Amino acid sequence: MDHLLTPTAWAWAAVQALLYALLAPLLAGWIRKCKARLQNRRGAPVLQPYRDLYKLMGKEVRVAHTASPLFRAAPYIVFTATWLAAATVPLAANILPTAAIADIIVLVGLLALARFFLALAGMDVGTPFGGMGASREMLVAALAEPAMLMAVFTLAMTAHSTNLASVIDAQLGAGLVLRPSLLFALAALVLVAIAETGRIPVDNPSTHLELTMIHEAMILEYSGRHLALMEWAAQIKLVLYGVLIANIFVPWGIALSHQPASLAAGLGAIVLKLAILGAVLAAAETVLAKMRLFRVPAFLNLALLLGLLGLLGHVILEVGA
Amino acid sequence: MTSALWLAALAVALAFSSGAVSLFAGRAPRLLRFQAMPLVALSGAAAAAAGLAALWQGGTVSTELPLGLPWLPWRLRLDALAGFFLLVIGLVTAAVGVYGPAYIRHLEHGRDSLPALGGFTALFLAGMMLVVLADDAFGFMVAWELMSLASYFLVVFQHDQAANRRAALLYLIMAHVGGLAILLGFGVLAAFAGGFEFDSMRAAQLPFAWASVVFCMAFIGFGMKAGLVPLHAWLPEAHPVAPSHISALMSGVMLKVAVYGFIRVVFDLTGQAHWQWGVAVLAIGSVSALMGVLYALMQHDLKRLLAYHSVENIGIIFIGLGLSLLFLSEGHTLLGVLGLVAALYHTLNHALFKGLLFLGAGAILHSAHERDLEHMGGLLRRMPWTGLFFLVGCLSISALPPFNGFVSEWLTFQAALQAWQLDSGVLRSLVPVAAATLALTGALAAACFVKVYGVAFLGRARSRHVRRARPVPLGMRAGQGMLAALCVAFGILPMSVVATLDAVPVQILGAGLPQATAHGWLWLTPVAPETASYSAPLVVVLLAAMAGLTAWVWRRGAVRRVRRGDPWDCGFTPPTPRMQYTASAFAQPIRRVYGLLFHIDEGVETQPDGSARFHSSAGDRAWGLFYLPVVAAVESSARRIVRLQSGSVRIYLGWTLATLLVLLWIIS
Repeated sequence: MDHLLTPTAWAWAAVQALLYALLAPLLAGWIRKCKARLQNRRGAPVLQPYRDLYKLMGKEVRVAHTASPLFRAAPYIVFTATWLAAATVPLAANILPTAAIADIIVLVGLLALARFFLALAGMDVGTPFGGMGASREMLVAALAEPAMLMAVFTLAMTAHSTNLASVIDAQLGAGLVLRPSLLFALAALVLVAIAETGRIPVDNPSTHLELTMIHEAMILEYSGRHLALMEWAAQIKLVLYGVLIANIFVPWGIALSHQPASLAAGLGAIVLKLAILGAVLAAAETVLAKMRLFRVPAFLNLALLLGLLGLLGHVILEVGA
Repeated sequence: MTSALWLAALAVALAFSSGAVSLFAGRAPRLLRFQAMPLVALSGAAAAAAGLAALWQGGTVSTELPLGLPWLPWRLRLDALAGFFLLVIGLVTAAVGVYGPAYIRHLEHGRDSLPALGGFTALFLAGMMLVVLADDAFGFMVAWELMSLASYFLVVFQHDQAANRRAALLYLIMAHVGGLAILLGFGVLAAFAGGFEFDSMRAAQLPFAWASVVFCMAFIGFGMKAGLVPLHAWLPEAHPVAPSHISALMSGVMLKVAVYGFIRVVFDLTGQAHWQWGVAVLAIGSVSALMGVLYALMQHDLKRLLAYHSVENIGIIFIGLGLSLLFLSEGHTLLGVLGLVAALYHTLNHALFKGLLFLGAGAILHSAHERDLEHMGGLLRRMPWTGLFFLVGCLSISALPPFNGFVSEWLTFQAALQAWQLDSGVLRSLVPVAAATLALTGALAAACFVKVYGVAFLGRARSRHVRRARPVPLGMRAGQGMLAALCVAFGILPMSVVATLDAVPVQILGAGLPQATAHGWLWLTPVAPETASYSAPLVVVLLAAMAGLTAWVWRRGAVRRVRRGDPWDCGFTPPTPRMQYTASAFAQPIRRVYGLLFHIDEGVETQPDGSARFHSSAGDRAWGLFYLPVVAAVESSARRIVRLQSGSVRIYLGWTLATLLVLLWIIS
């Protein structure tokens, strides 16, 4: 296994991790721009999220009297765990060591670690909003995480591997075969991605209306560079789910060698795929309304059911065949 | 290998000597603190050393004790399986021995009997070690009953409260029903083996029907002790009422002894695996895991909550064992080994983090005199070390990387993902459902521990005595610290743990898991490197490096100063501690989503003074669905039998004669 850990491989992995961090605000800006155009507004420039982060980074941090040290450590933990989770997903090239260090289950675990600290940070100050957000976030997560695992297990069983690079290789090798299990897994993963990244109809990232917010309620007490890290982590998570869906179900275009031309093509392909996904998400958010909180379990149980159907469809129909 | 057995014997002897010393604690209360508890710690250390030696050296060593009946001497045997469980017992016991002295200090001036506490603790400990070491059914049952009875007296230790007595009586009854089932199982095995020795049982060939009877008896008996649903209802009653360091031993260790008994009888003594058994174990394990965590979410008594989590984790262990049985029944030995290793790893992990969490609950009880989450809050700032160690325990039990609970759940998932290799389509589709349950369980456990940690340690104190909590003494912190360090170490170095565990399947299944550690200490590859790999050390290094980089970049140029202010109050009155989310409020959405599974009792009552009170509780459905019908059946059959009681001696003698004749007819 040590052949994976050459200096070149590490260098590429570092480049990819940085790309994730640097591209994440761009996708957020693109979605906002698309949404604004669909709502007949001109909207902020696509680069506005970078300016927001830069502005927040330079601002003074205000922390409540009642906050414990965990409150100040949490943004770094949340950001790092999300970033590392993203770094294990092949972005433009499928030849990185990070996928072997942490497979899909570890990826889900790292996201759970980030969420754990996010929810704890919400409860730390001792205001009702934080607890409300944490309680709701854990409810959504408790229903979304098994659905996500079911979807990835379908892929893992198809590829006989939980290594994300192997899964993508298997998808590329199988060619354009329409498997029912994969359709179910795709549907489940899309629903989970919407819930986990706090998009409409589960949560609204642009609301500060107390009664409906989930993610924003937990980070209500954050300011300055802490808030910037939390926002950035959420943006990385959005890119992560986008890349996961794009590269697993539509892996074509991803680079399989270190040739510059191939890498450039891979980067172009993933940017294009993300742009399309972002536009679709913006359109969906424009036409859908936010659900009541207690409608969300039905939404996520549907995701779990779809994931389970995909898995059962795979083990019953496709293994024996 | 003989040295390992000597170490084990030393551990038992130290436990007994701790009990002997405690007998004098009535006169000199300090003896318990300065002699008996250190002896417990030493006994634990010796047991852990014996277990490690047995695992590393492999092989078996046995001896006969000049005790017991003349024609039925007690046999002791130390092999890899026994060694592993000795290690589990020893690690937790050592930490409890370090933690105990400071914890029992306040009892020295109370009315509770100190000799009873020290003496029964020692007997309990010795009983658990002897169960693991016993090599014949007779010795096993004697040690098992020693363990059960001693723990009964520890549960009833604070007997001035009626609830404790009730819990202890329930525990005693359940322990004996379970003990009876185990006895019957051994009876069937002994009938085919022609003796009580485990060696002859191992050699005996049982037909499938009788082997299944043994399996059922072992599953019921050991499952009852381990707290599998629906037999679990005694567990959350009994475990929390014992003193906290005993709760840690009961939940952390005694349940594992039941797991040991199950593995010994089903995997080792019957030596068979049938898919029907695997399905039963997998199904019951999944239900236990899910129900355990859901009921835990509904609790607000910290120790009860932890006890329900034991039900959950035992369920996860049995999911691993069920997968192992399924794979073994179809001849996939390596996958069977993987399932068994996952279950054993989780056994070790659960002992460590559950012991740690119970010790943490004891620390809160010690310094804040509070078990109810609804009155806690803000303890992290008052007890920083306990808060840190408790956080490690929460992260471990929630199966988050890079802590130890994650590794064992990851291994269980990896075993479940090999379900495509099974031949039967029904079994192939059953395993994913179990995997889905496991995933749901893990996510709900994380929700539950966000609740526990957020309500108890974060936020603001909800009552005056919690606001006045002080850090606990050094010994208590050290005991928690030992277990927390082990949780972290076993999470970061899973390869070493799996390599050590490997001796157990090599001994009882004849095959190990060589491919899991074939790629060096950095990589854990349970099946093959291209199938799945996890490198916990690299994950930790990368997390640390990326966090360091972020912090370094992020703090450059930014305004370094942090200003303290009031939290956001929406422009109204400042928030008070009573406005915080409570434990019940936190779990309310989940209670609503899974409402059908609970026995919910809630409503608003108007008080005599005109004010309104809201009450809400979520009860355990096992009572209504399982326990109460059994009680009703027993009572109605007792009413029928009572008709025989006519009061006339001649009729009684007639019954006796008839019974005698029937028995003679049967054996003739």
